[in-house]
Amino acid sequence: MSDTAENYDQGEYNFAYLDEQTKRMIRRAILKGIAIPGYQVPFASREMPMPYGWGTGGVQVTAAILGKDDCLKMIDQGSDDTTNAVSLRGFFEKTAGIRTTYETSEATVIQTRHRIPEKDLTDDQVIVFQVPIPEPLRFLEPRETETRKMHALEDYGLMHVKLYEDIAKNGHIATTYAYPVKVNDRYVMDPSPTPKFDNPKIDEMAALQLYGAGREKRIYAIPPYTKVKSLDFEDYPFEVQKFDKPCALCGARNVYLDEVILDDRGGRMFVCSDSNFCEERRAAGHVGPMAADPAAVQIGGSSQEETAR
Amino acid sequence: MYVAVKGGEKAIRNAHKLLAKRRRGDTSVPALTLEQIAEQLSHSVARVMGEGSLYDETLAALAIKQSRGDLIEAAFLMRAYRTTLPRFGYSQPVDTAKMLVERRVSATYKDLPGGQVLGPTFDYSHRLLDFKLAAEEGSVEPVAETAETSDEAMPRVTDLLGDEGLMEPDPVTDEDAPVGDLTREPLAFPADRDLRLQNLARGDEGFLLALAYSTQRGYGRTHPFAGEIRYGEVEVEFFAEELGFAVTLGAIKVTECQMVNQFQGSAKAAPTFTRGYGLVFGQVERKAMSMAMVDRSMRWQELGEEQTAPAQDIEFVLSHSDNIQATGFVEHLKLPHYVDFQAELDLVRRMRGEWFEKRAREENGDTSQEAAE
Repeated sequence: MSDTAENYDQGEYNFAYLDEQTKRMIRRAILKGIAIPGYQVPFASREMPMPYGWGTGGVQVTAAILGKDDCLKMIDQGSDDTTNAVSLRGFFEKTAGIRTTYETSEATVIQTRHRIPEKDLTDDQVIVFQVPIPEPLRFLEPRETETRKMHALEDYGLMHVKLYEDIAKNGHIATTYAYPVKVNDRYVMDPSPTPKFDNPKIDEMAALQLYGAGREKRIYAIPPYTKVKSLDFEDYPFEVQKFDKPCALCGARNVYLDEVILDDRGGRMFVCSDSNFCEERRAAGHVGPMAADPAAVQIGGSSQEETAR
Repeated sequence: MYVAVKGGEKAIRNAHKLLAKRRRGDTSVPALTLEQIAEQLSHSVARVMGEGSLYDETLAALAIKQSRGDLIEAAFLMRAYRTTLPRFGYSQPVDTAKMLVERRVSATYKDLPGGQVLGPTFDYSHRLLDFKLAAEEGSVEPVAETAETSDEAMPRVTDLLGDEGLMEPDPVTDEDAPVGDLTREPLAFPADRDLRLQNLARGDEGFLLALAYSTQRGYGRTHPFAGEIRYGEVEVEFFAEELGFAVTLGAIKVTECQMVNQFQGSAKAAPTFTRGYGLVFGQVERKAMSMAMVDRSMRWQELGEEQTAPAQDIEFVLSHSDNIQATGFVEHLKLPHYVDFQAELDLVRRMRGEWFEKRAREENGDTSQEAAE
């Protein structure tokens, strides 16, 4: 793909880039994470050939679990063809030579940033999240020594006070993404900056969820079919974003939509954030209210055309 | 038309090509060679080796060339390469007392055993642009007259002070005790001094400079004196298990700085001088000094001092000193965030709606009340 990526072809790097010892170290952290759902396991994160903040944690987790028979789906913002998703997919195509796909159901490993696919995942799939700040309490208490203590003591009063103050001030909880959850009735966890719309999906999810934070050197996990509760109050129950329009291209309702600005006169349309979900629906004959619009054709044009190899 | 979301492979490929073209610049100008960079931009090379945590002048020169002179990017290239190298083991501690010294100055003594050796330094040059350098080069080679090298021993200033008991002794550690390595074990807090020094040695020069400066301006004062700064070559030895003795792997150039700081004494310890320590690859005195000052600042707890300033805050300093991490996370804001932004848009619209509704209600309420009166 890129000029530098060609170096990987020269056999100078191990399968999926990382050396086997590093993979073993990461796998140990993953196993510990699975054994203690929602607990942030410190691991000796390596420098990767992409910058911190661009998915180094997710990439290390994916590299550690990939096998030769795996099929990888790489998404960013719900879409397979955003620049960084293209770049990271290319990285694994080069270094691991594995199959990749856009189809959610075909993938065995899905690495994602900021979204969870709309289609239900199955128990033979693994979803890997790229995490910028793994600590849900970080913006309430900047010190790691303090937050670790709070987790150990299950002392989450600070978080509840924050949510309460939101309600007192705004009448509702003003957190829209990275909405904190409690995993298996024990650890409060940051589900990575996915919109809270996706929170219900991680509850009792069939797929194994792995979270990797490279810069912060933490891995955490949610095993399949684990209870994950979004924090709330009895009188102010958790609720997700609702969109009052369907997807302009495929007409889907109850999915997460991106707002696309069409011109400088206030023209806009809302389309599925999950591009593969949208494409499959359109292929199956679903038509949204703006599907015939020329702007929509350009946006919704099959994204696989350009990147097909 | 908004199509940026469709990033696409083609765009990335073309961007890489354009970058390569821009990096090379005007092809009528000869390309830089690695030798030129290593020889003539040695301070850049030293900084990249230090912050990249890998001592290799040729690779550092390559990284500088490839990164178009962006030194943080160059250090990142070094780190990303370094992480793929197999780890054989750890060297023996280098002995800086046996350094082949090119420069050694002490600000605490007028003269001292081994003497003051000024060496190559900008310190006493007048910062006037030298237009002769801009003109065609190569005619006259600069000649430096140097004193004859002496074989006189050059003991460290801190050791001289230590003989009198005025300097805190170096902490006694078990020789077999493992030395921390934050590239193999994630940094945990509280972090011991070995890890703190490793972190500082890899840390960003600018960040450490600013922190050190802040301690001079009252944010956690440490009363430092530059006990000694020395720069030169030291041998790196590796204990080979198979042979049963240490073998020399090679020589590296390092700058060492020992700051001598006043200490008033406490209930536990008599008044004495305390140390701040800095050691970096190459001749990077600014960073070695900053490192020593920040190291001393972070020792407040052990010395029974009060914590009042950012430079003393171990978690704060160690968590933010790494410029590879910092630049990655700051610059990742360039990646698309529209999913989260959509959620925020939704929230702000809703909150604005509620705000205007509330205000309208209040205004209506007020008028109806007035009307009633």
